[in-house]
Amino acid sequence: MLFSRRSMLRATSAMIGGAMALASVGAQAADTIKVGILHSLSGTMAISETTLKDVMLMLIEEQNKKGGVLGKKLEAVVVDPASNWPLFAEKARELVAKDKVAAVFGCWTSVSRKSVLPVFEELNSILFYPVQYEGEESQRNVFYTGAAPNQQAIPAVDYLMSKDGGEVKRWVLAGTDYVYPRTTNKILEAYLKSKGVKAEDIMINYTPFGHSDWQTIVADIKKFGSAGKKTAVVSTINGDANVPFYKELGNQGLKATDIPVVAFSVGEEELAGIDTKPLVGHLAAWNYFQSVDDAANKDFIAKWKAFTKNPKRVTNDPMEAHVIGFSMWIKAIEKAGTTDTNAVIDALIGVSVPNLTGGYSTMMPNHHITKPVLIGEVQADGQFNTVWQTPGTVVAEEWSPHLDGSKDLISDWRKPLNCGNFNVKTGKCGGKS
Amino acid sequence: MRKTRLMGAALRRLAAAMTSGMALCLVAITLCCVSVQDAHADALDDALAKFSTDRFPDTQAAIQELAATATPRAGAILDALAASKLSFDPATKMLYLTAASGLVEAKTGAPASGISESQLKRVRLNNGVRSVLQAAQGALTLLSPDPAKRLSGAEAVFKSRDLTALPNVELALAAEKEPRIRMAFEQARAAILLTDKAQDDIKRLGAIDIIKARGDQDAVSLLATIAGASEGRVKLAAEEAAKSIQARLALWGNVQNIWYGLSLGSVLLLAAIGLAITFGVMGIINMAHGEMVMLGAYTTFVVQEWIRAHSPALFDYSLFIAIPLAFIITGVIGILIERVIIRHLYGRPLETLLATFGLSLILQQAVRSLFGANNREVGAPSFMSGSFDLGGLAITSGRMWIIVFSLAVFASLLAVLRMTSFGLRMRAVTQNRRMASAMGIDTNRIDALAFGLGSGIAGIAGVALSQIDNVSPNLGQSYIIDSFMVVVFGGVGNLWGTLVAALSLGIANKFLEPFAGAVLGKILLLVFIILFIQKRPRGLFALKGRAVEA
Repeated sequence: MLFSRRSMLRATSAMIGGAMALASVGAQAADTIKVGILHSLSGTMAISETTLKDVMLMLIEEQNKKGGVLGKKLEAVVVDPASNWPLFAEKARELVAKDKVAAVFGCWTSVSRKSVLPVFEELNSILFYPVQYEGEESQRNVFYTGAAPNQQAIPAVDYLMSKDGGEVKRWVLAGTDYVYPRTTNKILEAYLKSKGVKAEDIMINYTPFGHSDWQTIVADIKKFGSAGKKTAVVSTINGDANVPFYKELGNQGLKATDIPVVAFSVGEEELAGIDTKPLVGHLAAWNYFQSVDDAANKDFIAKWKAFTKNPKRVTNDPMEAHVIGFSMWIKAIEKAGTTDTNAVIDALIGVSVPNLTGGYSTMMPNHHITKPVLIGEVQADGQFNTVWQTPGTVVAEEWSPHLDGSKDLISDWRKPLNCGNFNVKTGKCGGKS
Repeated sequence: MRKTRLMGAALRRLAAAMTSGMALCLVAITLCCVSVQDAHADALDDALAKFSTDRFPDTQAAIQELAATATPRAGAILDALAASKLSFDPATKMLYLTAASGLVEAKTGAPASGISESQLKRVRLNNGVRSVLQAAQGALTLLSPDPAKRLSGAEAVFKSRDLTALPNVELALAAEKEPRIRMAFEQARAAILLTDKAQDDIKRLGAIDIIKARGDQDAVSLLATIAGASEGRVKLAAEEAAKSIQARLALWGNVQNIWYGLSLGSVLLLAAIGLAITFGVMGIINMAHGEMVMLGAYTTFVVQEWIRAHSPALFDYSLFIAIPLAFIITGVIGILIERVIIRHLYGRPLETLLATFGLSLILQQAVRSLFGANNREVGAPSFMSGSFDLGGLAITSGRMWIIVFSLAVFASLLAVLRMTSFGLRMRAVTQNRRMASAMGIDTNRIDALAFGLGSGIAGIAGVALSQIDNVSPNLGQSYIIDSFMVVVFGGVGNLWGTLVAALSLGIANKFLEPFAGAVLGKILLLVFIILFIQKRPRGLFALKGRAVEA
C-alpha cells in the first residue's frame, strides 16, 4: 500500500476541512456584494491609479456605513495589475470568474481597457472606466464615466478661439506618442480646419513616453509662436513627461500671457510634483476641479482628507468620475433590485446622480455620461481656478463627427437598436463606414 | 505828523485789503483743489468698484482706469492683484488687499477692521486680464528709481504696445541715463510708434530699424504682426527686417542646437558615468544602476524637506548638502549589494543581469511604499532657476550648471582612478585579477569599494537629475537604457570613451530632433548604434592589450 492508514486519515480530514472552508467562503459571498478594483498599485501607472483605488475603498466604506445596498454589505476586492497590460486581462478574469464580483471599477490607459474588453464581454460583467479617453468606442459591458473628446478637447479649443481665451489663431498640438493623443489630435486637427484654420498654422509634435529633454521642442514652440499671430499649445502630453515640460517652459520664460498651454492630462495630482509659480495662467480642461465652490464637493474633499489622514491630499477629475460611476451603480442596483449583470446594465441607462460641480450627470444610451466642461488656470498654490465653463452639461460624442471613419456611427444600447456602432448610412450594426 | 498818520491809515487799509484778497484767493485755490481731488476720488472709486463685479472685462477696464488716475495707491493695488492678493467683500463691494502686515483697505492702505479674509472673495484673473495688468504695471514702473524695475517696465510696454503709454515712455527716455535701459525704452517707443497707424511712414520706418536691431524672437513676432496689418513701404520694410532677423536667428539656432546637445549629453554622461565603472571597468551588468540614480534624487528630496522644516535659509545650499549625502547613502547600498548578491555571481553575466533586474524592481517598490507613488517636488535653488541670453543663445541656468557639474564629476573620477592608490589598485584588479592578488591586493575589498564608487556616483547624478526630471520611483528606469547605450558606444572600460559618446549622442540627438521628431530621432540613433557595434564591437575607444582577452 502506498498510503499508510494514518496519512490517509490525515488527508481525508484535510479534504473535509477544505470543503468546509470553501462552504464558508460561499456563505460569506452570499452575504456581501463584491466590488472589483482593478487599478495598478505598482509600476509606471501607480502614480495615477493608486489614488483611484483609495477613493473606491472610501466610497465602499461610506456605502457600508449607510447600510450597504439591497440589505447587503459591499466588499472590495483589490488586485494589482502592475501597469502590465496583459496582466490587466488576467486580473480582470480573476475578479469576475474567481471572485464573482458584481462590477469592476478600474483601468486608466486605453491599452489596459482594450486588453480587458474581451474578458468583460466573454464573462458578461460590468466595467466602470473613469478616465478621459479618445472615444471611438462603445461597448455593452463598459460604462465610460470619463470624458470623450467633445467633453474636454473641443470645448477647450473653443474657449481659446473665443475673445475671453485670447482669440488664438495658431496651434501647436503636442502629445505623447500613443493612441489617446494621436486620435484626439486627429479630431482636433479636423475640427480646427473646419473652423478655417490653415494647415500651416497647425504644428503637430509627438514625443516618446517619459520624454525628459524638452529644450528643442520648447524652443520650436517659441519660434512657431513668433509669426505674429496669437499662438496656443494644446497638450496631450502624458503624466510623467509633464513635469520636465513645464519646468522647461518656466526656464525658457514662456509665460501663459504669451503662449498659453492647455492640457488634458494635467490635474491637481500632477501639479503636486511641480513648483507652479512660473506656470500661473496655463490652462487645463477637465470636468471637475478641486477648487469648484460647491457644497457636495467640499463635503467630498473633507471626507477624502479624513479617509487618507492627510490634510494635503488633493482630489482630481478621474476621482469624481468614480464617485459618479459608483453612485450610478448603486442607484441602478436599487432600481433593478438585483446585482444581475444584464438587469443592472439595462437599469443604468437613464440613471441621473448629482456630480461634484453642482449639477447632475446622466448615463446616456451610449454608455457615456453627461458632463459640464470646465477650463481652469493653474494657480500659484497648485490648484486650478475656473475661468470658463459650459452653460450646461455636454452629451458625449463617442463616435466623433469630425473623423471620416466614425462620423456615420451612433451607439444606443437600448432595445431595439442594442448596438455600439450602428451605421446610419448603411443601416447596419457593426460597420465602420 | 497828521500827514504821516494819514499815510499810516492808508497803508493799513491797503494791507487789510490785500490780506482779504489773498484770503479770497486762497479760498478759491483750496476750493479748486478740493474739486480736483473730488474728481480724482470719483474716478478712483469708479475704477475700484469695477474690481468687485467678478467679471473679467470689468476687471480689465478697472486696471486701465486705475492706472489712468495715477494715484499713489495704484501701484500697490496692481501689485496685489498680480499676486492674487486683492479681494472684495461681496456684501459691501469694498476692496481689500492682503499686505505683509495683514488685511488693509485697498483705497487708503489703512488696516481693515471688522472683517476677516474668509468673508472676502478674491478678484480673479485670466490671461487677458493678466496681459492688461502687466502693461499697466509696466507703464507705472517706467520712472521707478530701481533700474531692474524700469527695465522690466520697458519690456512690458514693448509687449503691450499700448498707445497711451507713449508720453510716459518719452518722459522716461528723456530722463534715463543707463544705456542698456535707454535702449529698452527706445525699443518700447519704437514698438508703440510702429503699432500706431496714425504715425507717418518716416517715423514707422525708423522704428522698424530699431526693432530690427533688437533682433530676437519677440522682434520677429512684432514685425510679422506689423507686416500683416500694414501696407506699402512699411509692410515691405517690416517683412524685410523680419526675414533678416530670422536668417540670423537660424544661424544662432545651430549654435543653440549644439548647446542643447551638450546639455542632453551632460545628462547622459551623468547617468552613464557610474555605470562606466560598474559595467565598463568591472564588467558587471548592473540593471539596478538606474535605481541608484533614483535613490540619489530621493535623498535630495529628503534633504530639502528637512531644510524646509528646520532652516529655510539654507535652501539655496540644499544641493551641496545633498551631494555628499547621496554619495554616501548610495555608495553604502552599492557595497551592500556587491557583498550580498553580486559577489556570488562573478563570471555569470546572465544571472547577474536577472538578479540586479529583480533588485531594481524591489528597490522601486520599496521607494513607492515608503514615499508614495506620486512625484515629489524638488525645488531649484535660486542660482539654478531662470535663463539668460548670450548673443543669440538662450541659456537656462539649471542646464548650464548641470553641464559644469557633470564635467566636474568626470574630472574628479578620472583623478581618483589616475592619482590615488585606490584607483591604482582598482585598475590593477580589473586588468589582471590574479596578478593583482599575487601582489598583495585584497581583490574582494577592491571589488566592493569599486562597486560602491560606481553606485555613489550614480547617486550624485540623481541629485542633479532631480532638478530636471520627475522625482518618482520610475526615475531610474528612463535612464538605464541610455546609460548602457552610452557605455557600450563609447567603448567598455574607457572613461574618455564614455565622455565622447555621451556628448556626441546628445548633439546628434538634438540635430535629428527638428527633422525627424523626438520619436523617430531616438529610433534612428539606436539603429545607428546597432550598425556601429556590428562594425566595431568594442565601441569608439576599444581597450587594447591583455585586459581585452581576460
